[in-house]
Amino acid sequence: MRAAARFRVMRLHEYQAKEVFADAGLSVPGATLATSVDEAVTAAESVGYPVAIKAQVHVGGRGKAGGIELVESEAEVREAAESILGMELKGYEVHQALVESAVDFVDELYVGITMDRGAGRPVAMVSTRGGVDIEEVAAESPEDIFREHVDPAFGLHPYQGRRAVYGAGVTREVASDVASVLGTLYELWDARDASDAEINPLMITAEDEVVAADAVMNIDDDALFRQPDLEAMESESYADDLERKAGEYGFDYVRLEGNVGIIGNGAGLVMTTLDLVDHYGGEPANFLDIGGGAKAERVSNALDMVFADENVEAVVFNIFGGITRGDEVARGINEALENFDEIPKDVVVRLAGTNAEEGMEILNTDLVAVEGTLEDAVRRAVENAKDTEGASA
Amino acid sequence: MSAFVDESTRVIVQGITGGEGQFHTEQMIEYGTNVVAGAVPGRGGQEVAGVPVYDTVSGAAETEDADASVVFVPPTFAADALFEALDSPLDLVVAITEGIPTQDMTNVNKRLTEVDTRLIGPNCPGIITPGEAKLGILPGNVFESGNVGLVSRSGTLTYQVVSNLTDRGLGQTTAIGIGGDPIIGTDFVDALAAFENDPATDAVVMCGEIGGEDEEQAAAYIAENMNTPVAGFIAGRTAPPGKRMGHAGAIVSGSGTGTAESKIEALVEAGVPVGDTPEEVADSVKEML
Repeated sequence: MRAAARFRVMRLHEYQAKEVFADAGLSVPGATLATSVDEAVTAAESVGYPVAIKAQVHVGGRGKAGGIELVESEAEVREAAESILGMELKGYEVHQALVESAVDFVDELYVGITMDRGAGRPVAMVSTRGGVDIEEVAAESPEDIFREHVDPAFGLHPYQGRRAVYGAGVTREVASDVASVLGTLYELWDARDASDAEINPLMITAEDEVVAADAVMNIDDDALFRQPDLEAMESESYADDLERKAGEYGFDYVRLEGNVGIIGNGAGLVMTTLDLVDHYGGEPANFLDIGGGAKAERVSNALDMVFADENVEAVVFNIFGGITRGDEVARGINEALENFDEIPKDVVVRLAGTNAEEGMEILNTDLVAVEGTLEDAVRRAVENAKDTEGASA
Repeated sequence: MSAFVDESTRVIVQGITGGEGQFHTEQMIEYGTNVVAGAVPGRGGQEVAGVPVYDTVSGAAETEDADASVVFVPPTFAADALFEALDSPLDLVVAITEGIPTQDMTNVNKRLTEVDTRLIGPNCPGIITPGEAKLGILPGNVFESGNVGLVSRSGTLTYQVVSNLTDRGLGQTTAIGIGGDPIIGTDFVDALAAFENDPATDAVVMCGEIGGEDEEQAAAYIAENMNTPVAGFIAGRTAPPGKRMGHAGAIVSGSGTGTAESKIEALVEAGVPVGDTPEEVADSVKEML
């Protein structure tokens, strides 16, 4: 048990995933990474026109959001690079763009490997409907995606790759090459502890060449200890400063839109606290799980996190101690709050479980309000948030 | 009666010499669990908390005639520890460890189909039959012996719901934490089947959460196979899609699977009342009995 589960999904950028793919022998378009307009122009000249300028950020749907431009001249490269570098895509600032030779394709496929939770096994997928959002295809016409489950003890047998490719209706001319790409993709998925490995689109050229025009590779962060070269590729990509701060503190944290700050222990109980805030007419500002066995400093860091969110008007701190001790939590709350001349937001505390009674005695009730049940604590925090909102309005 | 464990269960602790392993071994023994051995490679012949330590799980299991194992081995070595446990003559393995690589669990999952051993977890608080035995890290003083079975994906939420039950005079036959990871051993259906077959269990509480389709499968099982009444709770109604809420398994995918709405709807259709709050869940159990 880790005291602090890291809340990070290790996603490779497209250019990083393509490096991994190319090392494994997959065909990817010629490309160079650019961080400035001038670099983009140089890159385009070395790659050769036409080129695609592609924002390197960890968000899906880059094309629709204006993060990918197809250009044919230096003037167009300048214009596209100026607009893409520094733009904000779904909350993430773009610092790098891939300048890539544009593939002249006749067909676009989808190939991917992911974990099928229900089956408890990996699944290889092939579809002739590449180049579009595959989750939409999966939702609207699942029969358009051919699925082949893999026994992890044996890997993807070559016959399974062939069955998937023929089953999906890939044309005969490229079937063997596409099956081979699927096999390599599975080997990478397996060897690199990926949760997902996808090529969408896998482009087919007029000469029947098979080229990975995009690349997705997400790595299981619990397995990074044995993927040191991939861990080294990790770039910080938090949507905002609070999520960055949570990463530094090692908290499981998700920022939401509301004004009731929530701190608790254990994912299920924290989710429940969020749901109760909503149930009693409030709006949760965040999910923050301090984990099991938290000591005073961690408790104090958690309060610091939630106070740093300018949307927060009131805080509910809910602990049901198993391995977490109520007295430790109470000491942490006191220490954190005693540092303030004035407590920035009203804090309601509910302690139950291990050493909860000792904790209640330790808590400085000049600084916090105490409630005996989860429901009462949430109701009070929701009222506090409304009062504060009313007062400042 | 109870499900899976009772006072006669003879327990090995894998990783007994580590900080967590030793602390919780002491807690388990204090609660009354029959801990008969520890297993740690290279530490055979030592003693921890009055319990003999063996180098191998099979050595411990054979010499001490053990039935079950609790695993506190760190994630890096946990899959190997689980394979070792599954290659020993044990009925039950409870994996507490959090953060085991998913692909390791896929391999363990495959092995589970080849053996008769039951796995609970990983990333779970364990299992407790109040007044008899606990295998794991659950705080014993929260639980009371009684006739309600409980199965949950989350530890602290279990304690919360149990305290609401206990407040209403409703004790528990057995409480099972099945764990918050995407790939787990015992699932809701396995636990519900055990409670259905336990004559001492008169009602069951299942606490689910967003992510995956286990709750939907449980709903189908309840509708078709259960006479024992079930009350439900689903955490994560307010979770936004694409954000993992702490547990590796607790995520609503971009395509909209794994939502709280889908799970609640499936359960309600199966005749399971789903409470908006833990108190409401305890109230519906009270009405069932």
